[in-house]
Amino acid sequence: MKTMLAIISNALCRMTGRNVGARVVVSRSFADFTPQVTFDIKKCDLHRLEDGPPVKAELTREQGLQYYRTMQTVRRMELKADQLYKQKIIRGFCHLYDGQEACAAGIEAAINPSDHLITAYRAHGYTYTRGVSMKEILAELTGRKGGVAKGKGGSMHMYAPHFYGGNGIVGAQVPLGAGIALACQYQGNNQVCVTLYGDGAANQGQIFETFNMAALWKLPCIFICENNKYGMGTSVERAAASTDYYKRGDFIPGIRVDGMDVLCVREAAQFAADHCRAGKGPIIMELQTYRYHGHSMSDPGVSYRTREEIQEVRTKNDPISMLKERMLGNNMASAEELKEIDVDIRKQVEEAAQFATSDPEPPLDELCNHIFYNNPPLEVRGTHPWSKLKSVS
Amino acid sequence: MAASLRCVLRSGKNAVSALRRRGFHSSSPAAVQVTVRDALNQAMDEELERDERVFLLGEEVAQYDGAYKVSRGLWKKYGDKRIIDTPISEMGFAGIAVGAAMAGLRPICEFMTFNFSMQAIDQVINSAAKTYYMSAGLQSVPIVFRGPNGASAGVAAQHSQCFAAWYAHCPGLKVVSPWNSEDAKGLLKSAIRDDNPVVFLENELMYGVPFEMSEETQAKDFTIPIGKAKIERQGNHVTLVSHSRFVGHCLDAAAVLAKEGIECEVINLRTIRPMDVESIESSVMKTNHLVTVEGGWPQFGVGAEICARVMEGPAFNYLDAPVTRVTGVDIPMPYAKILEDNSVPQIKDIIFSVKKTLNV
Repeated sequence: MKTMLAIISNALCRMTGRNVGARVVVSRSFADFTPQVTFDIKKCDLHRLEDGPPVKAELTREQGLQYYRTMQTVRRMELKADQLYKQKIIRGFCHLYDGQEACAAGIEAAINPSDHLITAYRAHGYTYTRGVSMKEILAELTGRKGGVAKGKGGSMHMYAPHFYGGNGIVGAQVPLGAGIALACQYQGNNQVCVTLYGDGAANQGQIFETFNMAALWKLPCIFICENNKYGMGTSVERAAASTDYYKRGDFIPGIRVDGMDVLCVREAAQFAADHCRAGKGPIIMELQTYRYHGHSMSDPGVSYRTREEIQEVRTKNDPISMLKERMLGNNMASAEELKEIDVDIRKQVEEAAQFATSDPEPPLDELCNHIFYNNPPLEVRGTHPWSKLKSVS
Repeated sequence: MAASLRCVLRSGKNAVSALRRRGFHSSSPAAVQVTVRDALNQAMDEELERDERVFLLGEEVAQYDGAYKVSRGLWKKYGDKRIIDTPISEMGFAGIAVGAAMAGLRPICEFMTFNFSMQAIDQVINSAAKTYYMSAGLQSVPIVFRGPNGASAGVAAQHSQCFAAWYAHCPGLKVVSPWNSEDAKGLLKSAIRDDNPVVFLENELMYGVPFEMSEETQAKDFTIPIGKAKIERQGNHVTLVSHSRFVGHCLDAAAVLAKEGIECEVINLRTIRPMDVESIESSVMKTNHLVTVEGGWPQFGVGAEICARVMEGPAFNYLDAPVTRVTGVDIPMPYAKILEDNSVPQIKDIIFSVKKTLNV
């Protein structure tokens, strides 16, 4: 088949004098690509577990393309947010997720849409993987009425069915996640709750209170520590007496996972979800990952770490590059095909950004709405006694 | 007997009520004496039975029957799934309760006293109260935080603070403060049925106090609307506004003042937020004098808010004197009985304040 095409393309080239051959070679049939490959993945460190996630992961071509698309979309969306923030179209807090895409993509690949997920403020990636469109995310960041929270929440307060944000208070989302898991257990629906927190939040007292209750009541909660090595500007070594975050649950079993490898994340999350669904109680996953940006847009991110360190991760450990190399190296996709995906994503990001910059801000007469749910309309005091505003549910 | 029979035969379809009126075969439940504790217990029992998504969690609520026995018998009836004993982890279990509410359940989160709610106040305000607004209506939080609030007897400074003003400050919360058994039952049922976060401030000294509860208030669907005050006593000379335990003090003061010809109108706020300012204003427009009574500290308190609201509204022009606030003394609560007694409003303080306001 290949030689045939090569002959044809050479003939065409000679006939037309142009390099038509390239295009002919590209339009190979899908039968040419490897449909599925089994990859060796890093073994996870285990705490209080006899067996851990498998050391081999199967990847189909479809999955590979899907994970690639997801991660690249999150990457480009975050970079667009960076751009919009520097143009002062996004204001306030903006905590970007680029570098950590494998975590969000891998977790979503392992759980069901009917499972639940809650995270902290570095939430745009999860907002996307949990089903909110890029348009609605960017429009929320720019504070427009087309935003997922109608512009009233901003970067840290985006919600979707079975996605509970987006939480601004460090660590507060962890008890919330255990409560969601309690509801799953109570309702007997075999669903689990993925509760994420960072290496900085890992030192919050309420997390240990939550670990205690989750273990006591065997809640179906997957606690995931995204360890990106820095809580704002403080490195893990300077913040934690023990940086083995996967062991910090003490009596709760833990796994330490390479968070830059989407397959590692997926296999570990699958293992964790099975553990919870089997009624064995909570489990902790530590994902070792990295963020390219600073803590937020107001942090250049180079006062507490070197540019060399950031560059090294980009070149050696980037999650998207790793997946791309795996797929190309095993003939699961072509470079051109991936490039087409990139182009398509760029186009979608541009459209979403266009919407996010042109959509109007929320109307002032909706200022006081959404104080109470399922409530008769009430009057809200404005800035002075003559300002009597209206609030509907 | 013959007269009744004749009455029945003549009245036909009014037979049953005729029988009742005559006291013949009186099988209807009359008014009974119910303590505030039992009223709260009944409210929770009825709501637990009515809706299987309702559950109670807190310290000692299950096997101990409640630190103040408010949840007595509930664990025995409903079991571990619906009545949950928690470890001493307020921030943790309050957060868990809020998460459960977000995911479809209807928790009642008990704080052993509201003093301990300070450990968890971030979850009450930032996770519960603000979420419906921040999500522009995507995520509601149907939760009740309840427990004893304010001064008790001899428990000293760290266990005696009133949190009405703290919680009532925040949009997104409803704050309820019952006085008697009828309030306790009707308002707690409404709070549990409300789809929003409700802070339900009980009072430990009221738990054991019995009140008459009418037949109507004993019904399984008896609720009192949140946001509506009640006029406990009509009067023409001065309006007394209060909440929780001090409503009783106001009524006692009113009884004493009545002997001197001063008729007080006593308003039981029932709800602190949203406050029923209209009821206060209507009353003030009739009496021209206003005295507020609360157990909490004066600065930035419930009385202060009432003053501001009355000033901003139509009732201001009807005042013949500035509003008087009767409050707890502006100090941490002392232990010694004589000191404690003089740290909260007494009946004589209310009487004195009324007379000063009326300039008599």
